[in-house]
Amino acid sequence: MGTKATIAVLSGKGGTGKTLVSVNLAAVAANATYIDCDTEEPNGHIFIKPTIVGEYVVTEPKPVVNQDLCDGCRTCVDACAFNALALIGKNLLIFDEICHSCGLCTYICPKGALREEQRPLGIVKRGRKNGITFLSGEMKIGESSAVPIIKALMREQSTDLVIIDSPPGSGCLVTETVGNADFCLLVAEPTIFGAHNLAMAHELVTLMGKPSAVLLNKTQEGENPSEIYAKEHGLKIIGSLPYDEHLALLSSDGHLAVEEDEHYHTYFKELLEAITKEARHASDSDPQR
Amino acid sequence: MIIAVPAEEKSLDSAICVSFGRAPVYCLYDTEKETSTFLDNKAAEAPGGAGIQAAQFLADQKIDSLITFRLGENASNVLSAANISMLKAPNLSIADTIANFLEGKLSSLNEVHPGFHHGH
Amino acid sequence: MHQILILSGKGGTGKTTVASAFIKLSEAKAYADCDTDAPNLHLVMGSYEQEQKRDYRGLPKAVIDPDLCINCNKCYEVCRFDAIKPGNPYRIIPIACEGCNYCTHVCPVEAIHSEEAKVGDLKLLKRNNEVFSTATLLMGSGNTGKLVSEVKNQLKEVGSEHEVAILDGSPGIGCPVIASLSGVDLALMVAEPSLSGLSDLKRVIASARQLQVPVAVIVNKYDTNERKSAEIEVYCYKEGIPFLGKIPYDKMATAAINRGKTLVEIESLGAGAIRTIYENTLQLMKERIHI
Repeated sequence: MGTKATIAVLSGKGGTGKTLVSVNLAAVAANATYIDCDTEEPNGHIFIKPTIVGEYVVTEPKPVVNQDLCDGCRTCVDACAFNALALIGKNLLIFDEICHSCGLCTYICPKGALREEQRPLGIVKRGRKNGITFLSGEMKIGESSAVPIIKALMREQSTDLVIIDSPPGSGCLVTETVGNADFCLLVAEPTIFGAHNLAMAHELVTLMGKPSAVLLNKTQEGENPSEIYAKEHGLKIIGSLPYDEHLALLSSDGHLAVEEDEHYHTYFKELLEAITKEARHASDSDPQR
Repeated sequence: MIIAVPAEEKSLDSAICVSFGRAPVYCLYDTEKETSTFLDNKAAEAPGGAGIQAAQFLADQKIDSLITFRLGENASNVLSAANISMLKAPNLSIADTIANFLEGKLSSLNEVHPGFHHGH
Repeated sequence: MHQILILSGKGGTGKTTVASAFIKLSEAKAYADCDTDAPNLHLVMGSYEQEQKRDYRGLPKAVIDPDLCINCNKCYEVCRFDAIKPGNPYRIIPIACEGCNYCTHVCPVEAIHSEEAKVGDLKLLKRNNEVFSTATLLMGSGNTGKLVSEVKNQLKEVGSEHEVAILDGSPGIGCPVIASLSGVDLALMVAEPSLSGLSDLKRVIASARQLQVPVAVIVNKYDTNERKSAEIEVYCYKEGIPFLGKIPYDKMATAAINRGKTLVEIESLGAGAIRTIYENTLQLMKERIHI
């Protein structure tokens, strides 16, 4: 491609075809990185089927108590905003999964009985498949926040073109992926539900000052509320992907449409070109870059 | 001894609350005095770590046993550290549950679940 | 009040389409949208005569008093969430602040305090003797189990005399789903016939079973992949989970929803299938749960 671009694919809600679009865009590019940021329900690997070539552990600092110095004053337990500490008798219990690694307890302890140690939070996996660099994050079961894993994933960008498969919703995980993107591709279904979710995603990227465009997915005859929303709000429509039984079947069986069907190969190739052009245009007109 | 049961309402006819950490109230029954009291669970309001805070609260009340449907791993660790025994709740009212406990019909809760504390 | 919760594991499988059809068919007078991340049920429920709204507050966040701040940079040094923007005066970036209070403790002039920021609205909608409990979150605020519990409590406070309540659930298997499952009589899982749909279905069923909530399964858009649909049916049979029916892909469904109608308000293939599923659900509740 020759263009450096980081593209976040998001939708405001799951099930709109975010992963389908992300994996096919990555597969059609000559040399791209696909990052699966949906740590709760990662499905990108089902399509890309990468060979995992490496992984590393993501760590966060967690408090550790020296029971000899702790006098059970309970200051840390009362100060912790996340309820990550409990005191039974003189025994201080620390819950790493609840802890947000803010460091307050260690700072506030009047006896200096707490210090911090790096603890594993999850792993980042790196894989390869036909020119695609595949990255995904896996949280340790029960961890409270995937933010540090997303941050670690965002540091891994190694190729010129990066496709980020964002988590659903509009919470802190999405703001993390959007914050790192040059351009946001919103994927929307042709229903009033889809238009409502599109509005949420559009509001978020606008709030964060990111250029964006919408891909209308599963379009069919009749009115498309997502299309109407885009037109009314000056959101660029970068393409439409009509509902197709064949595409639905390929995807539900975990196939990459661009590898199975010449039509979709051409379609996603053109879509990718349109997106990179938009991304380039956006970065050229942004004086801060 | 004192036993605790998470309850939906402040009544002996109330159902047991399915959630331990987010139960609105706890019924505390004193087996010697044969009295029951209901305490509000402040942890129900906590955005996160409700189970730990609730377990700390019950440990501070010096309870000996807890009867519940389900317990997160973290809350279970706090209760174990405080030597509080954990029993499996029957699908009955608070009053009948206490009666079952006194008749020795309740078995211990050996299934502890990994927590589900996402988001903040 | 008997509560039926509609769930799916994976997002976008048609939960709200099923929930809204069930509300129409059962003539339920009490219902709630527990998908507070992306609430959609209100879009097909028409208008209400009355709306009560109250603030929903989340975890407290830091606030800097610009008159007291001396720009000493101490808060910036300790914050691990990149939530402090240096300047004159220093400011908090609310979307990044996790409310840990570290900055509050290090500030030498007590210029920082924490405030329970409003993160959304709890809404109670009424018409005739119908009540609808829902909530919306402000941008950048994640869903929590606590908010779902409040949506359900609100419904219980005003709707407890009604026989049936229908709850539209949220995707995933996290805290919001656990909160939505607590105390319900049946969790009806709407599955999508795909590899990812099946794996997500299994995870959400495991969560429901831990809470001893009875589960049943239906497949939506089954004809988009009949092989995967059959696999889901076999899985249910093996696990002893009641399988209550399947809904074909129906272009009319999209058209109905876009006119703000539920699936059963138009004549279509999908409407017939949902009616059968609804009757099967009632039958199941009578047999197994004795309502």
